[in-house]
Amino acid sequence: MERIPILKMGEFLLVTIQVDMHDRLALTLQDDLTSQIVKFRTHGVLIDISALEIVDSFIGRMLASIASMAHLLDAQTVVVGMQPAVAITLVELGLPMKGIRTALDVEKGMIALRSAILEAGQDGDTGSIR
Amino acid sequence: MAIRVVSAELMEIRSSDDVVLVRQAVRKKSIALGLGLVDQTKVVTASSELARNTLDYGGGGVARLELVENGTRSGLRITFEDQGPGIADLDLALTDGYTTGNGMGLGLSGAKRLSNEFEIWSKLGEGTRVSILRWK
Repeated sequence: MERIPILKMGEFLLVTIQVDMHDRLALTLQDDLTSQIVKFRTHGVLIDISALEIVDSFIGRMLASIASMAHLLDAQTVVVGMQPAVAITLVELGLPMKGIRTALDVEKGMIALRSAILEAGQDGDTGSIR
Repeated sequence: MAIRVVSAELMEIRSSDDVVLVRQAVRKKSIALGLGLVDQTKVVTASSELARNTLDYGGGGVARLELVENGTRSGLRITFEDQGPGIADLDLALTDGYTTGNGMGLGLSGAKRLSNEFEIWSKLGEGTRVSILRWK
């Protein structure tokens, strides 16, 4: 079965989405990722979408639900590598990407993750929904 | 000036994989038309929303991809048609955030914003037809 690979990168998990997303693949990714978060006790997930040529409301919703699920499992999510044309289109589409942290690339994403994890720890709000 | 169809291609939308195929075909045609990257992205995203609507709400249907011209300019028109239940209130369906399913209610309104021209026809019990056009 087709799967999106999840790599363990130091203390974080890295998901690189390179294929055209469809329903089954999205659901499998949610399953796989939540299991891996628990297995590796990670507090941070990076989702690299630099290979995605479009983000429609289906993919946007999937990214938002992955971030919420990860949050419930005490992990922060940062989406990295969005293409400029995708950003322009998303705003015009009217997709509320609220609650999703973004960074330009994986390196900046890791910095953003560290501060997000620190913040979450200080607030003592782990386990609650934003 | 009247719109003349230069070429047309018909695609079935029966599964989530077909939505992906429609997206790829629309990308190909927008490149052939010579659209810039941002415009390509807009028309492919709008098509993705509408193809998914055809599948989720219309129970499947067809997409017709047409390269068109009106004498002075050329464009890409994509029409999505289903024989599903139809839409009871078009104005409501075009409102941001309104959905009868479990989506986000952005498909129709978003696709309209991303296109130069937008047309919708729907009749209860007969089906829905949505057409978007992007000029070069």
